[in-house]
Amino acid sequence: MITLTRRLVGSRSDLAALLVLAAVLLVVMPLTLDIFRLNLVGKYLTYAFVAVGLVLCWGYGGILSLGQGIFFGLGGYCMAMFLKLEASDPVTTAIQSTPGIPDFMDWNQLTELPWFWVPFESFAFTLFAILAVPTLFAFLIGVAMFKRRVTGVYFAIITQSVAAILTILIIGQQGLTGGVNGITDLRTLLGWDIRSDGAKYLLYFLNAALLLACIVAGRYILSGKVGKLLLALKDKEDRVRFSGYDVSNFKIFVFCVAALFSAIGGAMFTLQVGFMSPSFVGIVPSIEMVIFAAVGGRVSLIGAVYGTLLVNYGKTAFSESFPELWLFLMGALFIGVVMAFPDGLAGLIRSERLRRVFGRPPLAAVTRTGALAARDPAPPAASASADAALPHAPTGTDR
Amino acid sequence: MTASSNTDFLLAIENLSVSFDGFKAVNDVTAYVDYNELRVVIGPNGAGKTTLLDLICGKTAASDGSIRFKNREITRLPEHRIVREGIGRKFQTPSIYENLSVYENLEVSYPAARGVFGALFFHVDETIDARIREIAESIFLGDCLDLEAGLLSHGQKQWLEIGMLLIQDPELLMLDEPVAGMSVKEREQTAELLKRICRDRAVIVIEHDMEFVERIANRVTVLHQGQVLAEGPMSEIKSNEKVIEVYLGH
Repeated sequence: MITLTRRLVGSRSDLAALLVLAAVLLVVMPLTLDIFRLNLVGKYLTYAFVAVGLVLCWGYGGILSLGQGIFFGLGGYCMAMFLKLEASDPVTTAIQSTPGIPDFMDWNQLTELPWFWVPFESFAFTLFAILAVPTLFAFLIGVAMFKRRVTGVYFAIITQSVAAILTILIIGQQGLTGGVNGITDLRTLLGWDIRSDGAKYLLYFLNAALLLACIVAGRYILSGKVGKLLLALKDKEDRVRFSGYDVSNFKIFVFCVAALFSAIGGAMFTLQVGFMSPSFVGIVPSIEMVIFAAVGGRVSLIGAVYGTLLVNYGKTAFSESFPELWLFLMGALFIGVVMAFPDGLAGLIRSERLRRVFGRPPLAAVTRTGALAARDPAPPAASASADAALPHAPTGTDR
Repeated sequence: MTASSNTDFLLAIENLSVSFDGFKAVNDVTAYVDYNELRVVIGPNGAGKTTLLDLICGKTAASDGSIRFKNREITRLPEHRIVREGIGRKFQTPSIYENLSVYENLEVSYPAARGVFGALFFHVDETIDARIREIAESIFLGDCLDLEAGLLSHGQKQWLEIGMLLIQDPELLMLDEPVAGMSVKEREQTAELLKRICRDRAVIVIEHDMEFVERIANRVTVLHQGQVLAEGPMSEIKSNEKVIEVYLGH
C-alpha cells in the first residue's frame, strides 16, 4: 500500500509539485478568472493531456510523435459525433429534406445516417469509443512501426504523414465528417446545455480533475519498472533487447498510453469549446503540442502542463496584436528551448532549486565524489572517465 | 568430433555462414561448446569473431547453417527469445544504462516481469533485492549501488554489464573483449571473476590479450577469414604453425 502511494505521487517534492498544480488549476484559476477566460484555460488544458502523453512517449520513451493530433482529433470527433446526433433530433431539423440527420449531411445530399455514425447514438458506446478508437489506432501504428524497428526521425515523419492523411480524409469526406468546418453547433450532452456558464464551470473542473488523474497515472507508469525500462531503451536499446525483453511491446504500450491521454483531451476539448474540426488533427497542431511539452520540460509530467499554459497564453497575447508574427515566434521558441534549455522549464527550476537548497550542482556529482572516496584506492586505469571527471567537480561546486 | 555426439553439447554450431553483399564474414563454421566450458575465440581483426557472437545471439541472421542450444534450434528465433533460452551476450563496448543507478541497472536486468503488464505491476521484493546485492558484490560494485552508472570507470562498466548478465543466470554467457581497456589490476580481478562465473555455466570469450587467454581458457578456437583455423587447448594452439603465421607471430 505504501509502495503504491509512493509510486502514484512520488517523492515529497513531487507530491508538493502535484499539490501546487492542483491548487493552481482547481482554486486559483477559478477564483481569479471570469468564465470566458476560465473556459479558455480549460481549452488549453485539453492540449496539456497531449503534452503529458508526449512526456511519456517522447521524454521517456524517446519516441517523437509528430502526429498526436490524430488521437486528440479522434477522441474529439467521437465526442462531437454523439453531441451532433443529439443536436440533430427530427424536431429541430424538421426544415431539412431529411430530418433527423446532422445538418451538414443534409447539405451534402445524404438521405440516411452513415453506418459508422449509428452506434454514436449511444452515450455508453461513445465513451467507450473515445478511449478505444484512438488507442486501437495507436496500437495499429505502433505494431506496424515498432515491430519493424522503425524509430527516430522515420517514425516522426510517418506519424506526421498519418496526421496529414487523416486531415485530408476528413476534409474530403464532407458529407460524412462535416469537412473543413468540422462538426459544429453542438448544444447539449444528454439534455444538459453545455453552453451555459454553469456547465462551463463544471466541465472545467472535470477537465482539470481528469488531467491530474492522467498525471498520477503517468507517474505510476514512470516510477516503476516500465519507466526505468523506457529510460534504458532510450539509452541502449540493444542491451534491453538482449536482456530478454521484446522492446517493441514497450514502445507500443507507451505510444498507446500517450494516445489514450490525447483522446481524453480531445473529447474534453469538444465539450468545452463546442465544436471539433480538422484544424486540430493535422500537422500544425501536432507540432505545437510537441512544443508545449518541450517548453514545459519533456521529462516532467507537471512541467508539460505549465508549458502548455504558458505557450498558449503567449499565443493568445501575441496573436491578438501580431497575428502574422506568432508562427515565427513559436518556431524561434522551439529552437531556443531545444538549444538553450533542453529540459525546459522543469529543468530550469530543478537546477535552480537544487543550487539554492544545497549550494551545489545536482546530486549525481555529489554521490560520485562520495562513492569514489569510499571505494578502495581507485585502480590506476580506474579510469579515464572518473579521473577526467574529478577535477571538474570542485569547479561545479563553486558555480 | 563425431556428428552423433551433437546432442551432448550445450551449443552446436554447424556449417554456419553469413554473407554481407557477397562477403562471407563467417564461412562454414562448425564448432561445439560443452557445458561448463570456458571457450576463448581468438583471431586477427576481421576474422569474424564478433559476427559469430552476433549470429548466436540473433543480432545477425544466418545465411546458412544451424545453431542449436541444448539441442534446440535457435537459428531463427528473435533475440529476446534466445536470451530467454539462456544465452547472455556482453557487447564489446560497455553497454549499460548510463542514466540509471547501478542498482537500477541490475534491477531492470533481473529476469522477471519481462512483459509490459508484468513490468507495470512489478516491484522488488526481498529475494530480488538480496540477489541484486549479491551480484553487485560479486562484480566488485557492492559499494556503488546508488551511483549513477554513467559515472563508473570503464572497467567498472564492463563489470556492471557482466553483472547484468549474471543476474539472468544464463547457461551460456558470451563476452566480447571483456578486459579491453582495463588496468592490470582490473584484468586480474576480471580473470578471477570469469573463473568463478564459469563454475556452473559455459562461457565464450573473445579476447586479444594472449596472456589473459592463457590464464583463463579451457579450449581455444582460432578464426581466420571467417573460418575455423584451429581448435584445441592453448598449449597446442600456441605451437600450431598456421596459427603462428596468421595471428600469434606478429
